[in-house]
Amino acid sequence: MSGVTGGGAPDAGRRRRGRGRGERAMVPEAEFASYYGRPVLKRPEWKPLDVAGYLWMGGLAGASSLLAAGAQVTARPALARTAKLGAAGAISLSLAALVHDLGRPGRFLNMLRVFKPTSPMSMGSWLLAGYAPLTMAAAAADVSGRYRIVGAAATASAAALGPAVATYTAVLICDTAVPAWHEGYREMPFAFAGSGATAAAGLALAAVPPGQTGPARRAAVLGAVLELGAFRLMKRNMGLAAEAYEESGPRTWLRAAEALTAGGAVLAVCSGRRDRALAALAGTALLAGSAALRLGVFHAGVASTEDPRYAVVPQRERLTARARTGDPGPAD
Amino acid sequence: MTDDIVRAAGHTDPPPRMGFFTDTSVCIGCKACEVACKEWNAIPEDGLELTGMSYDNTQGLGASTWRHVAFIEQRAPAPGAASGTGMEDVDVFDAARGLADSPAPSADGGEMRWLMSSDVCKHCTHAACLDVCPTGSLFRTEFGSVVVQEDICNGCGYCVSACPYGVIERRPDDGRAWKCTLCYDRLGVGMEPACAKSCPTESIQFGPLEELRERAADRVQQLHAAGVGSARLYGEDPGDGVGGDGAFFLLLDEPEVYGLPPDPVVTTRDLPGMWRHAAAAAVSLAALAVAGFAGRRR
Repeated sequence: MSGVTGGGAPDAGRRRRGRGRGERAMVPEAEFASYYGRPVLKRPEWKPLDVAGYLWMGGLAGASSLLAAGAQVTARPALARTAKLGAAGAISLSLAALVHDLGRPGRFLNMLRVFKPTSPMSMGSWLLAGYAPLTMAAAAADVSGRYRIVGAAATASAAALGPAVATYTAVLICDTAVPAWHEGYREMPFAFAGSGATAAAGLALAAVPPGQTGPARRAAVLGAVLELGAFRLMKRNMGLAAEAYEESGPRTWLRAAEALTAGGAVLAVCSGRRDRALAALAGTALLAGSAALRLGVFHAGVASTEDPRYAVVPQRERLTARARTGDPGPAD
Repeated sequence: MTDDIVRAAGHTDPPPRMGFFTDTSVCIGCKACEVACKEWNAIPEDGLELTGMSYDNTQGLGASTWRHVAFIEQRAPAPGAASGTGMEDVDVFDAARGLADSPAPSADGGEMRWLMSSDVCKHCTHAACLDVCPTGSLFRTEFGSVVVQEDICNGCGYCVSACPYGVIERRPDDGRAWKCTLCYDRLGVGMEPACAKSCPTESIQFGPLEELRERAADRVQQLHAAGVGSARLYGEDPGDGVGGDGAFFLLLDEPEVYGLPPDPVVTTRDLPGMWRHAAAAAVSLAALAVAGFAGRRR
């Protein structure tokens, strides 16, 4: 990384090594200029548990709605009930987390004041405004055993919106100036989709008799492959920002996520149709793995705003490359 | 082109787009702009600290700091050397302890120089904060500036993470997001913003953006002719990643030296791609679920 360093002549300003918090790895630190090592970007002001929890429960709910619909169609009543209750419970808690995270919780209804396609949070608010009541109707109809037609319609509609609920959260965090989030916008939705699938499968495995959880076991394996594969691809493609995922805080969460998700998927397969205790263990690991992934992603984003090099170095390299090719402006 | 964003925001027959040209080459670091801004906008106190960062105890823009004067101490280049100076590994406080020996010219012939620059919200042509605001609290005024409506903001914090300059921030005890309004209240009655009014050296110039751009180009030429090769404009180019800033600068060193991002891009430029990827991921998730239920019954 010599993009910023001048040749022999003294180059610009005050050189700072990025102020390291925790460990750093991979490549030698880039030299770059900064203003007393202070961050260029503001740190996300969201609370880790609220927002990582929101991402986690959104994924859990969205994918659970898919399991619920599938279970209903294939006559797996215990799986259907757990998935419906899981979706309704998770989306309710995630809405509570979202409101709790507001600086002015009493004004949460202002989220529905405008319909704004340029704001993923606005689109998400409308999406949840439609989705959350559907999950509750589906769960209520299932538990009460009444209004079956309405319940089936709600289950099907929730399943139609579920994948969007599970993946829009990736757009929510990637549509920011936070380097470790924005630079991963291509793969993050896939990692979140996989993570949602493993969480929903985990809930089913933990709470449903193994005779009905065949689809959940398969979803666990496929979800784990999707999540871990997309995440690795993301880190490989995102340039310097990938190093934020290797800082000590996020790395601990992400190592745990990898171990719990992969281990949970393996245990899920091993538990098969009989071993309920093992299935419960697998399910718990998958749920925890999905949550750990969201926490790791959240903390990596925060880390990438605290050290100015994540903002400055790629931008400076971009300018240097543009100057070299004689391109006067951004490509698009 | 700068009128377009104002008309797109629903203003018919808008006045010319207004903005700031901050010419840091004549900034004397008096902080009158900081004080005038705080006074006029009734911004609360947000910390009284001594930082050791030259004369900068304000530290940066934030919820309760809408003008911030940066101070950079560096060794100016010898004539003919590249722009900027090499201050690497120089601890100014160590240097200050040996003041008895200075100010001797350094071995490379350069001398100390002091850069001062009054930073402010850039009022971007393509403003990420405005794009991502889910409540419509942030809006584009008829003057082309970007302003928060405090009676609507619910403190979601999305704008804070979206701003590529790290300007807007939530006020901790208040919960809402705050930033420079380009003195919207003063503009409405034909006055200039408080900071520009108070600036004793005309480092902060307020006016129609088109006119400021012409004035800035002349000023750069003038400085280059006077031998200040390091003078360059920052944020004036409508072709840059944010479509040009409504508040742009003349700097004497690289932007990052002043704590400014060298090549900011509005995050929503990639939003269509983000939605496409999310849609593909959603389809993958649905397919994954179908695959889970397909196959033999186990």
